[in-house]
Amino acid sequence: MRRFPLALWIGVALSALFLITALLSLVWVPHDVTRLVIAGRLQPASTTFPLGTDQFGRDILSMLMVGARTSIAVALVAVGIGMLIGVPLGLAAAALRGSLPDEIIMRGNDLIFAFPSLVIAILITAVFGPSAVNAILAIGIFNIPVFARVARGGALGVWTLDYILAARTAGKGRVRISAEHILPNIANLLIVQATIQFSLGILAEAALSYVGLGARPPTPSWGRMLAEAQTMIYTHPMLALLPGGAIMLMVLGLNLMGDGLRDLLDPRIRRARQ
Amino acid sequence: MIHVKNLSLSIHGTPILDQVSLTIAEGQIFGLVGESGSGKSMTALALMQLLPTGAVATGHARLDGTDLLALPEAGMRALRGASLAMIFQEPMTALNPVQPIGVQVAETLLIHGAADRGKARKIARDCLHRVGLGHIGTEVYPHALSGGQRQRVCIAAAIALRPRLLIADEPTTALDVTTQAQILDLLKALVTEQNMALLLITHDLAVVTDTASRIAVMHQGRIVEQGKTTDILRRHRHPYTRTLCKASAHRPERQNHAAPEPLLQLSKVVRLYPGRRQGFFRRGTPLRAVDGVSFDLHYGESLGLVGESGCGKSTLARAILGLEPIQGGRITAFGKPVSPQLPNALRARIQVVFQDPYGSFNPRWRVEHLVAEPLHLMANPPVGRARRDHVAEALKAVHLTPKDMDKYPHEFSGGQRQRIAIARALMTHPDIIVLDEAVSALDVSVRARILDLLATLQTRMKLGYLFISHDLTVVRAITDRVLVMQAGRIVEHGATRAVFSSPRHACTRTLLQAAPGLRAM
Repeated sequence: MRRFPLALWIGVALSALFLITALLSLVWVPHDVTRLVIAGRLQPASTTFPLGTDQFGRDILSMLMVGARTSIAVALVAVGIGMLIGVPLGLAAAALRGSLPDEIIMRGNDLIFAFPSLVIAILITAVFGPSAVNAILAIGIFNIPVFARVARGGALGVWTLDYILAARTAGKGRVRISAEHILPNIANLLIVQATIQFSLGILAEAALSYVGLGARPPTPSWGRMLAEAQTMIYTHPMLALLPGGAIMLMVLGLNLMGDGLRDLLDPRIRRARQ
Repeated sequence: MIHVKNLSLSIHGTPILDQVSLTIAEGQIFGLVGESGSGKSMTALALMQLLPTGAVATGHARLDGTDLLALPEAGMRALRGASLAMIFQEPMTALNPVQPIGVQVAETLLIHGAADRGKARKIARDCLHRVGLGHIGTEVYPHALSGGQRQRVCIAAAIALRPRLLIADEPTTALDVTTQAQILDLLKALVTEQNMALLLITHDLAVVTDTASRIAVMHQGRIVEQGKTTDILRRHRHPYTRTLCKASAHRPERQNHAAPEPLLQLSKVVRLYPGRRQGFFRRGTPLRAVDGVSFDLHYGESLGLVGESGCGKSTLARAILGLEPIQGGRITAFGKPVSPQLPNALRARIQVVFQDPYGSFNPRWRVEHLVAEPLHLMANPPVGRARRDHVAEALKAVHLTPKDMDKYPHEFSGGQRQRIAIARALMTHPDIIVLDEAVSALDVSVRARILDLLATLQTRMKLGYLFISHDLTVVRAITDRVLVMQAGRIVEHGATRAVFSSPRHACTRTLLQAAPGLRAM
């Protein structure tokens, strides 16, 4: 068996490509995406506009680059919120397993899980108004139970091991054991889950922007680019295909990376492969 | 019938087996003895052609004239389960948890097309009956069975097609002594009845003494000696056999230094576990895991605690360590009560060494960090340079070098890890060390060295040991007094020698009779 599988390479390469593009857009884009040039609308690909222009004369390549930034920022912060709140909750539930706090945490998670996430996200942005921040919050909240469950499940397995008993005879409390022993040993599970949630976050952001509840114009976003291209899909299909393809490749890359990392990091699968 | 000649094996170029030759006749039990890593299991896997990828085997392994090594995979599949069957060490994981046992026994018959569904089910029932599980039926799931019963199911599945050769790889290592004796008796009876050959692989010389008629001793991929069991064990022609025999009967030199004042006192200790849920709110009667246990442990004394698995030994150990609350009686150490609220200064004086040298360390920590963990209990733990010196000293006490500090636990062998565990227990200069099956997972020669080490440390530091084990040979070798536990109660106690020579309680007698080869050695 190959030690570092091809799928993982492709995933890492695709994810890195989008990440670098997004970072690059912070300092340089080919054209200003806020300037509308109606005279130069719907131009085909040329040397000045490598991917052509949209119905307002904005450069598509620049739009995609800044859109990548929006998507990645929203998904990243949303995953961060999910991990920062979900992981401690899961660790606490595992440390207090079987007790009332454990039940409250996990049943609360079930409650959040039971809601259709996108509908709630629409509700939140509809109430508080569409903005990137609200989109982040809406996606982030639904990441909390995912990380809480993964953390609790992994932690329960680690809690049964002898070295935890040894740490307890060393007088260490639950918080300290969770931080020193449990967390490093479930880190691989969390990393894999984070890549998967990250790709789901990208999709969710695109979906919210598509229905007009994500980042507000003029900030470009892949989802809104799709929505705006919808009416011209027969005359100018590239306008829809390009952001759609970007979303697809980014999500594909993250999923491949997540799967590959799981194969690489999960000791059970690793042992089976050898 | 089985004829192995010059079997050599290498995995990715690393030689594993070197010119292994052995012959097993019909109706014969052949013992293959050796320490971990000696190649015993690889010999068995080579016969089954279940070798890991990258393995290259040369030589011959003939079963009734067919060379197993030359057979294609399809031919091997027809033999596996039918002519060649195998049972493994871990009956807990060898069965599929989501299938009833009857189906699993019948599976081999169906795969080989030996019977239709109805007939297979009937044969499965007969096989289960034969291995002594007739009373529990075929519809039971593995989780409802004990370790011994699961091993019986594995045996039933293995004998369903009346194999010519049964390979048993450490079949009783995971079981306690009484169950071990029953399983060995069952295997012996089956061999005679079905006239099959049994290849019994074990690290435990005592297991083969009573069971096998011929044995081979393996060392570093080579058979160093083989012949009649009695000859091998009596003559010890080969130096390695001699070392092995000596190590398994090893008794460290030690005197009884027990001081009169008690270190640890238990009086009528009770530990209850909540009963099974009955309905939504009601619970059944609580389980009395430890039921009125009283004893004293003195400075410099070794106290043995023996009993079958599930008798409450480990539960009691956790209560003594102040990890779990007790529901009755009292535990006092150094005159102070022991409970989960035990102050750190006292906790530092009671330390523990666990059975599993693999599970007792956080795999992501270096040895320095691991060994230093109990320093957390001290009011002013040393840091930096001082901490490293402290760890180095503890490592030296267990005959490891200070250089080992920067390694990770996976870089050590089982015996070395157990030394690290002892070093960790010594860090806070405790008075009591609880050794929970601390040497049970080790090879005999490693075990002998660890026992010596424990004896030396005891003399030097006046340690009180509570030695929890199901292995009576070890308990006899290292303890002054012994407690026998059954179903949460102490049923017999006294000086080790007296209890072992004239046991009074039925439970002690069963344990002693079941212990293989204890009298012989």
